[in-house]
Amino acid sequence: MPSSSLIAYPLRPGRVHEACGPSAASFALWTAALIGGDVIWVREAWRAEQLNPLGFQGLDPARVILAQTMDQNDTLAVAEEALRDGAVPFVILETTAPIGLTAGRRLQLAAQAGGTTGLCLIPEGMGSNAAETRWHCAPVFDAQDSTRQRWSLIKNKLGTCEAWNVRWNPEAHRVAVVSPVRE
Amino acid sequence: MFDGTQRRIVSLWFPRFASDRALRAHPLEGPFVLTLKQGNANRVHCLNAAAEARGLYRGMAVADARAFCPELSSRPAAPGEDARFLALLRRWATRWCPWVGFEGPDGLVLDITGSAHLFGGETAMVESLCQRLIRSGLTVQAGTGATRGAAWARAHYGEGRPLADLPVAALRLEPDTVTRLQRMGLRLIGQLADSPRAPLVRRFGAGLLLRLDQALGAQPEQISPEAEPPHYGLRMTLPEPIGLEGDVIGITARLLDWLCAKLKDHQSGARVLRLTLRRVDASTQDVELRLARPLRDPARILPLFQRGVAEVDAGFGIDQMRLEAVQVETLPAEQIAHIQTRDRGRLDDLITRLGTRIGLENIQRYLPADSHIPERSFIIAPAAYCEPQGSWVAVRPRPVVLFPPEPLAATGDRPPATFRWRGMALTAGRITGPERIAPEWWLDDPNWHRGLRDYWRVETRQGRRLWMFYTPQNPGWFVQGEFA
Repeated sequence: MPSSSLIAYPLRPGRVHEACGPSAASFALWTAALIGGDVIWVREAWRAEQLNPLGFQGLDPARVILAQTMDQNDTLAVAEEALRDGAVPFVILETTAPIGLTAGRRLQLAAQAGGTTGLCLIPEGMGSNAAETRWHCAPVFDAQDSTRQRWSLIKNKLGTCEAWNVRWNPEAHRVAVVSPVRE
Repeated sequence: MFDGTQRRIVSLWFPRFASDRALRAHPLEGPFVLTLKQGNANRVHCLNAAAEARGLYRGMAVADARAFCPELSSRPAAPGEDARFLALLRRWATRWCPWVGFEGPDGLVLDITGSAHLFGGETAMVESLCQRLIRSGLTVQAGTGATRGAAWARAHYGEGRPLADLPVAALRLEPDTVTRLQRMGLRLIGQLADSPRAPLVRRFGAGLLLRLDQALGAQPEQISPEAEPPHYGLRMTLPEPIGLEGDVIGITARLLDWLCAKLKDHQSGARVLRLTLRRVDASTQDVELRLARPLRDPARILPLFQRGVAEVDAGFGIDQMRLEAVQVETLPAEQIAHIQTRDRGRLDDLITRLGTRIGLENIQRYLPADSHIPERSFIIAPAAYCEPQGSWVAVRPRPVVLFPPEPLAATGDRPPATFRWRGMALTAGRITGPERIAPEWWLDDPNWHRGLRDYWRVETRQGRRLWMFYTPQNPGWFVQGEFA
C-alpha cells in the first residue's frame, strides 16, 4: 500500500537526481516551480523536440534560461559550472548517452559546492550510479483529470523505493498525491 | 581679418582618391578604373593617370571605356572604404595642426594658423605634408590661402596664382552657374569681383556672392574639426617577461581599473573585451570576453577573465599586455533597488562564463510572440541581449513538448479510436477538440502547406496524452506534441 505522501520529494538540495520516462520534462518543470528562482535548462541544440513555454504548468517561462550545447561534453561542462556557481537554485540537464562514473561524481561535487539541486533527464535505462534518486515518470489515464502521472522512485540512496499517482494542483501550486483508481 | 590675426588655411585635394586607395592596397600596372553602378549602368567612378591618358573620363560607361582601351583593368568601387580611409587621413593630419576638417569626399582642410612655424614655415610644412602623402601613393594637390575658399581654389586650379586670375569655377559654384557666368563673359574671379553686385544677386541669387565673399575674406567660414570618438584601449609593456597566471591576472586587474574608470567617465559599459598578450617571440594571443550585459565594474569582470587566461600558452614569457573594450554600450548610472539586484548580477556573470564555453548566443530565453501558430507562439532569443517579458497567455491548454509533425495512419475527420504511434498501439480514452488553427497567409511557411489544421487533444488509455491534428483541405493525421 503506497504511503500518502512522497518520500525523497521535494528533491534533496545539494545533490543531482535523475528522471526518465515520457513525463520526465513535466517532472522537471513541476520541480522547478516548487523550488522557485531561475532555472538553467541545458540541452543539446540538435534535438528536434523542443519545449513549449506555453505548456509550462506552474512555472513562469521568463524564469527559464536555456543553454544549447553542441554535444554531451559541453552539456556536462555547462551543467557543472552552473551547479558549482550557485547563482540559480535548480539546474536541469538532458543527456542522450550514459554518463560515466567520473562525470556523475563531478556533478554531485559541483552541486554540493554550490548548494544547488541538479536534475538529469536521461533516456530510459541510462542512469548513473552517482545519482541520489532516480524517478520514472509516466502519464496515467484518468477520466476526469488530465494531469495525472505515475511517479516511481526506482533508485533512492537514502531509503526505499515506491510509486505514487500524483497530479499538479494549480491552486495550491504543488504536487498532490492521489490514490489510484480501482478498475 | 576679423580678429586681427591672419588666418592661414591649407586645402588638400586628392584628385584620384578612390583609385589611389585601391591601387595602394593591390598595386597594378597600366590603365585602371573603379566602377560604380549608377542608375542601371556601370560607370567609371575614378581612374588613374594612365587611364586618363587614354582618353577615359569619369562618368563614362565601363563598356565604352573597355572599347577604347581593351587592356583596361577594373574593380568595383567601395565608397564606404574610401570614407573610412579619408577619416584615417584626417586623423593623421592632426599631427600638423589641431583643426582638420573634411572637404567633400576627397579632400581635407587644415587651419594651420599659428602652427606653421613648428615645421619650419608654411612652405616647408606644405611641402613636407605633400611629400609624405605622395610617398604613400596618393596624388595630392595642395593650396594655401587666407580663407577656406581661396585655399580650395588654389588646390583645384593652381597653386601660386593670384586669386583674381583663377576661373570662376574655383569659387565652388554649381556647374550650371559657372556656364551662365561664362556666357555673360565673366570668366575670371577678378572680373566677377569688379562687376556690380546688385544685378548679380538678382540674376544668380545670394549664393554666388556668398562664395565670392568667402573666398575674398569678406564673409567668415569656419572649419569644423571632427570629434574624436573615445578610445577604450590600454597597454602595458613590462621590463621583464612574465609567465605565471597570477601575474597576468594582476596586470589585467591594473589595466581593468584604468579602463573601467574611463568607461565610467563616458557613462558606458563594455560588452566585448579583448586582452592581447604579446610574448617575447613577438607572437600574440588574444583572450576575448563577451559579457552578458554591459559592465564597468572591475571586481566583476576580472574573475570572468580567469578561464581565458588559464588557457594562454605563455611560451618564454609575456612582455606586453593590451586590454581593449571592443564593443561598448551606453550604461547610464542606475538606481539600485533593494530587491534582487545582487542575484541578477550573479546570474549575468554565470551567463558570461557559460558563454565563453558554448557561445553567448547559445544561452537563450523564451519570449512571448503574438501568433496562434504553435511553433511561432514563442521566440527563443539570446539571454544576453533581451530582458525577460511577462504576459504568457495560453487561452487553451498547450502541450509541454513540441516536435515536427509525425504522420499517423488514420482516416476520417475524428481522431481514430485505436492507432499506432512510435511503435506503440494506443487506444483513445478521452478526446477534446477540435480547435481549428488557420495558417498565417502572410507568411509562406512550408510546414503549413497542407492548409488548415484541426487540433485534437487525445488522452490514451495507455497514459500518453497527445496533441494531434487533422488537415481537412488535404486529408491526413499528424501528431505534433505531447501534454504533461
